[in-house]
Amino acid sequence: MAAVSHRRAVDDPTWAKVLIVGVVMAFLALVLILPLAAVFVEALRKGLGPALDAVNNPDALAAVKLTLITAAIAVPFNAVFGLCAAWAIAKYEFRGKALLITLIDLPFSVSPVVAGLIYVLIFGLQGWFGEYLVDNDIKVIFAVPGIVLATVFVTFPFVARELIPLMQEQGTSEEEAAVSMGASGLYTFWRVTAPNVRWGLMYGVLLCNARAMGEFGAVSVVSGHIRGLTNTMPLHVEILYNEYDFVGAFAVAALLCLLAVVTLVLKTALEVGAPGMRGRGGH
Amino acid sequence: MTITIRSVEKKFGRYPALNKVDLEIADGELLALLGPSGSGKTTLLRTIAGLEFPDAGQVLFDGEDVTFASAAARRVGFVFQQYALFKHMTVAKNIAFGLDVRKGKDKPSKVEIARRVEDLLKLVELDGLGKRYPSQLSGGQRQRVALSRALAVQPSVLLLDEPFGALDATVRKSLRRELRRVHDATGVTTIFVTHDQEEALELADRVAILNKGEIEQIGTPDQVHDQPETAFVCGFVGEANCFEGQVSGGRFSAGPLGLPASGVREGSATAYVRPHDFVLDDGGFEVRVDRAHVQGALTTVNATAADGRHIEISASRAEATRFQGTVKIAARKAHVYAA
Ligand SMILES: Nc1ncnc2c1ncn2[C@@H]1O[C@H](COP(=O)(O)OP(=O)(O)O)[C@@H](O)[C@H]1O
Ligand SMILES: [Mg+2]
Repeated sequence: MAAVSHRRAVDDPTWAKVLIVGVVMAFLALVLILPLAAVFVEALRKGLGPALDAVNNPDALAAVKLTLITAAIAVPFNAVFGLCAAWAIAKYEFRGKALLITLIDLPFSVSPVVAGLIYVLIFGLQGWFGEYLVDNDIKVIFAVPGIVLATVFVTFPFVARELIPLMQEQGTSEEEAAVSMGASGLYTFWRVTAPNVRWGLMYGVLLCNARAMGEFGAVSVVSGHIRGLTNTMPLHVEILYNEYDFVGAFAVAALLCLLAVVTLVLKTALEVGAPGMRGRGGH
Repeated sequence: MTITIRSVEKKFGRYPALNKVDLEIADGELLALLGPSGSGKTTLLRTIAGLEFPDAGQVLFDGEDVTFASAAARRVGFVFQQYALFKHMTVAKNIAFGLDVRKGKDKPSKVEIARRVEDLLKLVELDGLGKRYPSQLSGGQRQRVALSRALAVQPSVLLLDEPFGALDATVRKSLRRELRRVHDATGVTTIFVTHDQEEALELADRVAILNKGEIEQIGTPDQVHDQPETAFVCGFVGEANCFEGQVSGGRFSAGPLGLPASGVREGSATAYVRPHDFVLDDGGFEVRVDRAHVQGALTTVNATAADGRHIEISASRAEATRFQGTVKIAARKAHVYAA
């Protein structure tokens, strides 16, 4: 060994470290923190009073309610079906498995606007089931069911995506052990499978929820933007903004941001609380 | 519980994992399924357990057909290769699982379950560790938990898949004795899978040797070691020098080595000679000693014959000094198989 170097290859000089960290920080501040701060600053531009008024107004409250209802339906639905899909993919061998995995990713790869349009095509007046729905007086498009459907579509992958690798890694031997000792399928699920994936499931549910409350594109297409009836929070923000009610728009936006912050805090708490979550190794 | 396996076949896709396997395991027996990786040991064990179902053939428990009965209905105790302990349950909960799932009058009382768990922990020498989680145990301790969990349901048959595969050599040795002791204490019919011939020969009453989904030989450790019925068994069980040669006129010859081979078909053949079956003999053939290495009570000699082939000889420690330079050796016993 001729040249003994005490410095490892990755041990860059201090100035480089400072520069790189600095650049990343500046970038984050510019792209993430600044807009977030701007939302709150704009909301409070005329003081707390007008901001609270903007939120505490019937249309805004209706939007909040609709957003919460949508999430309350879409999230449990996707949690259950995401769990089923992940279970099927991770624990069974069957034909068309690769296709199923691709399908699960579809909502991520398709533009949300297209997702919305699909539902208009299916359930809209001119759509496949349009006549049937009109005859039976069922409203899907420009009504709550359409919004829920679009949200379910867009947020489907979160839970499944989170659980598939986790379940695949855990294999089936614990389940087989349980079944060989006389446990029923349901008992095995609740006592063996579910506890093993609970952190991943919660994490997926959180992400799913964040997106469900924040979804704009797909919901915008199917909503119809009827104030107090089919406006979710993101749509309401847009309407207020287009009407030059900046304080109102930013006040509702700030509320959305708060929901996001709560989600992030919960997520961090989960990561700290669940050993191995980040590495997915876990035990 | 007597277990009978009748021409069981199992294919994965087009690949036959088990090919007409016949096997009979006597009540209270400790049987080893020995074979190289991919030979179908796990598949056969899982078929006996009811975790896998055969494409053809039958599995009988005490004469009763259980070919398509579930694992639970067969009351098997199964120890998985990686133990498959429930990570989020304590050791005691793991062991109690098979009793906790029972319903109605089959379910023992809480007190009874606790007592049974205590007994089992004692049996595998883990008393006091019931409150730990599997992640807080060593590999050997986990293995013992898996064993006692399988025993908790008082299984009719205990099945273990490479039970010592993931452990280091010392723990392995002590756990082998442990399994033998537990088997003798409970008397439960036991089948364990291993690819380690030493383990199989040391531990089992009988050994079944699997190769490419077929059983090559079933017999006591002595039988499979001393009277191997096929070339595969001879090469796989115990150490052996392998010689490719020809049989003609009732004699096998390969280079300088000549052996009696009565009853073997004329033509090309393979001979196996155990290292300890080579002895110093003035009437034998010459080999050059490359290295004589004393280890414990034995001397292991690496030698080269006149035609360049390598030969391994095992002798007693006292003989070490006699293996020097060029010596003459002969095979006092050999196994010759027609190719
Ligand atoms: N679930 C499965 N799907 C496809 N092939 C399998 C499956 N299980 C086992 N095999 C194949 O069957 C053969 C025997 O496997 P196995 O019984 O696990 O062997 P062993 O336990 O002796 O190593 C192997 O070639 C393996 O690849
Ligand atoms: Mg195996």
